[in-house]
Amino acid sequence: MANFTLRVNGDTRTVSVEPDAPLLYILRNDLELNGPKFGCGQAQCGACTVLLDGTPVRSCVTPVSAAAKARVTTIEGLGTIDRLHPIQRAFIEEQACQCGFCGNGMVMSAKALLDRNPRPSDRQIKQSLNGHLCRCASHNRIVRAVQRAAKAMRS
Amino acid sequence: MSGATFARSVSRRDFLRASGGLVIGLALAPRLALGQDRPAPLPGSLNANRMLDAWLRIAPDGTVTIFTGKIELGQGIGTALSQIAADELDVDLERIAVVSGDTALTPNEGQTAGSLSVEHSGTALRFACAEARDILVSAAAVKLGASAADLRVRDGAVAAPSGASVTYWDLARDTDLRREATAKARPKPAAEHRWVGKSIARRDIPRKFTGGAAYVQDVRLPNMVFGRVVRPPSPGAQLLSVDEAATRRLPGVVAVVRDGSFLAVAAEREEQAIRAREALTRSARWKETESLPPDGDALYRHLMSSPVAGQTVVDTTSPVVATPVKTLEALYTRPYQCHGSIGPSCAVAQWQDGVLAVWTHSQGVFPLRAELGKVFGVPLQNIRCIHAEGAGCYGHNGADDVALDAALVARATGGRPVKLQWMRDDEFMWEPYGSAMVMKLSGGVDAQGNVVTWSHEIWSHPHSTRPGSSAGVNLLAARHLAQAFPPVLPADIPQPAGGAARNAVPLYDFPNVRVISHFLAEAPLRTSALRTLGGYANVFALESFVDELAAAAGADPVDFRLRHVKDARARGVIEAAAQRAGWRRRVPADGTHGRGFAFARYKNLACYCAIVADVEVDRKTGRVSVTRVVAAVDAGQIVNPDGVVNQIEGGIIQSASWTLKEAVRFDRTRVTTRSWTDYPIVRFTDVPEVEVVLLDQPAERFLGVGEGAQGPAAAAIANAIANATGKRLRALPFTAERVKQALG
Repeated sequence: MANFTLRVNGDTRTVSVEPDAPLLYILRNDLELNGPKFGCGQAQCGACTVLLDGTPVRSCVTPVSAAAKARVTTIEGLGTIDRLHPIQRAFIEEQACQCGFCGNGMVMSAKALLDRNPRPSDRQIKQSLNGHLCRCASHNRIVRAVQRAAKAMRS
Repeated sequence: MSGATFARSVSRRDFLRASGGLVIGLALAPRLALGQDRPAPLPGSLNANRMLDAWLRIAPDGTVTIFTGKIELGQGIGTALSQIAADELDVDLERIAVVSGDTALTPNEGQTAGSLSVEHSGTALRFACAEARDILVSAAAVKLGASAADLRVRDGAVAAPSGASVTYWDLARDTDLRREATAKARPKPAAEHRWVGKSIARRDIPRKFTGGAAYVQDVRLPNMVFGRVVRPPSPGAQLLSVDEAATRRLPGVVAVVRDGSFLAVAAEREEQAIRAREALTRSARWKETESLPPDGDALYRHLMSSPVAGQTVVDTTSPVVATPVKTLEALYTRPYQCHGSIGPSCAVAQWQDGVLAVWTHSQGVFPLRAELGKVFGVPLQNIRCIHAEGAGCYGHNGADDVALDAALVARATGGRPVKLQWMRDDEFMWEPYGSAMVMKLSGGVDAQGNVVTWSHEIWSHPHSTRPGSSAGVNLLAARHLAQAFPPVLPADIPQPAGGAARNAVPLYDFPNVRVISHFLAEAPLRTSALRTLGGYANVFALESFVDELAAAAGADPVDFRLRHVKDARARGVIEAAAQRAGWRRRVPADGTHGRGFAFARYKNLACYCAIVADVEVDRKTGRVSVTRVVAAVDAGQIVNPDGVVNQIEGGIIQSASWTLKEAVRFDRTRVTTRSWTDYPIVRFTDVPEVEVVLLDQPAERFLGVGEGAQGPAAAAIANAIANATGKRLRALPFTAERVKQALG
């Protein structure tokens, strides 16, 4: 066990865990954040995605020791129900899910995409989300949500 | 749900009393007067849950709570049921709270399955709320000294022509809904609906995109520990030995549970539980057996060589047999396929003083409770199952099984609650699969190109081994315990809905129809309900074969279908899909691009759906891209149009994934599908454009929609590939390798 100080969504938290403990479990269980989801534990589905210094990573395979130096952003850090981030608002407005379990990863990767490319084509959106699995098959709604968010963020 | 007060003693009665409602006592089931015969049938689930207070509660504080035994699984049922209740009660939608799937609080509506939630629960709530409104308006009439017919209701305020008014909330204290429903109050005509028929935004969605507590995975209880299970390496394996002591010494380990071949662990931290699982996996020694059938083409020969006699589902063979001028026979196959939920199955369980509480994403909390009762030998009143959403399940996945796992581990944690989540490989290896199937079709056309004979023969394992589907215990771990509960073989689901033979009876007006089902109850790989049950494969085969016969008759596929179907609503969706897709204007096939058509009415009972699919075939690689899909749907009266579109869109794309990519792999001993790399599904760059045309029928009853598109989508893709390339693919899935081989 070792102490790690994490900067998550603007807050600083110290946890005492094994250095190789995946960041996902610390976020979910110690910090009680519901956003990042366990989907596969193998970086294959994208449900656990968070941003490390603005870059999307799979928190299920990211050791806490690797996250300690970075700024961690989860979907809770984007906005709240009362103060939605434009991406969250767009996903809600497009009703861009059925079960919603993959939604966290979609939103977080969309955030990273729109930060570097405010005007993506549908094709670019699909390519940048291609590592995320959606089993309910809300793909087209998700692409529309990202386009809607892009438009809102530009104006 | 953090720190949720689990109250084993909280009964529905307490819940209602605590919130100060008008319900004084609780009577979920009416008492029959002596000598009374069977009660009159009531609509939907009202028939089995006949008391009004089982369905709704109106509180003096101005809230309306509806109770449903159907659960949210991403299909938006909570929102749709609220729309129905708000309209019948004449209250604003925002007033309505929904309590669903809780053995202590809600009606027992069995499983949330079969695209029946709106039909069953929606119909019950519609009649219950209409009747409650009548009761309240009558009470208002007395209070206001007016005639009930002259009163108007707006958001629970009942006003007389004089201007005097009284609210439901004023009346709530003195109004008793503890009475048996009569279903005599007539629900509103569609023209008077404020909420039904509108695309109301789903109420479960905002929390899902903001990190709110939305899933069973988000349930956190005080002092909770984390569990993991160590499954056998293969279906027939038995545990010989394992080093439990070494695992107990690992950091954080709270309990190692070994009972027969059931092996599990609980630890203070989740990553510690995973570590302990790995340690147990390494040290466990198992006796394995070659219990599985051959994979690949041999699987289908194996199914067909089973000694199970065929049972006749339908035989309308006419003694006057018209003579076909052309006959065809074809064999279609479907492999074992996964539900593939994105989130592996999960449950939270806690034992306190001999009483068990389980938070579960089971589709049927009451049947689950009954089976947990059998395993633990505990009376039902000492078990409470509370639904919390999981990741989309698409049928019977590991939801129920993991509830038993969690409850078994929680017996060893001294009253501490256990959150147990399966790992990805647990889900792939142990979820019950959609059964492999063989469909043998034959038929003939006469000189005028009319179908004169039709036969559809099926070989399949069970499509429902859910809890409650047989007399035994249908929970995975129960098979592995030292005192095992061997599964009792289920019977197939009877027609007209059917299980293995679902949708095998053609809706077309064919003479001389024979449908025969070989139901192989004993399944070497566990199988159960995967969205549509046998419907997906049967419609794939049936609608492919319709195209094959149309080609033999030299007829256009749409004309050929219309020629053989009189049902006006079937014709309606067929014509609407053809028209919207521009079927008549389609370009001749060029070897690469093709267009296919298919139609079905799900279960021959639920929604009507016709689909046009466009495909592009890369002849070099064999890769098939579905580029555009148009669907036309008649779901009767539509409660939430966007909800219907979402279901159909999702159903089409999910079916494209099954159809192009998916098959469980195994050798003679082990399932070898372990991860998403072993089981590819569609990704963003594979997904077609989808357009859905809704044919609303406001005067018709609700027809279930959640499984309407999968069968027709598969057949439309197959027909489009045949149209593009001239090659008929009959073995699912149409992987690039297989298509390339077919193209030679």
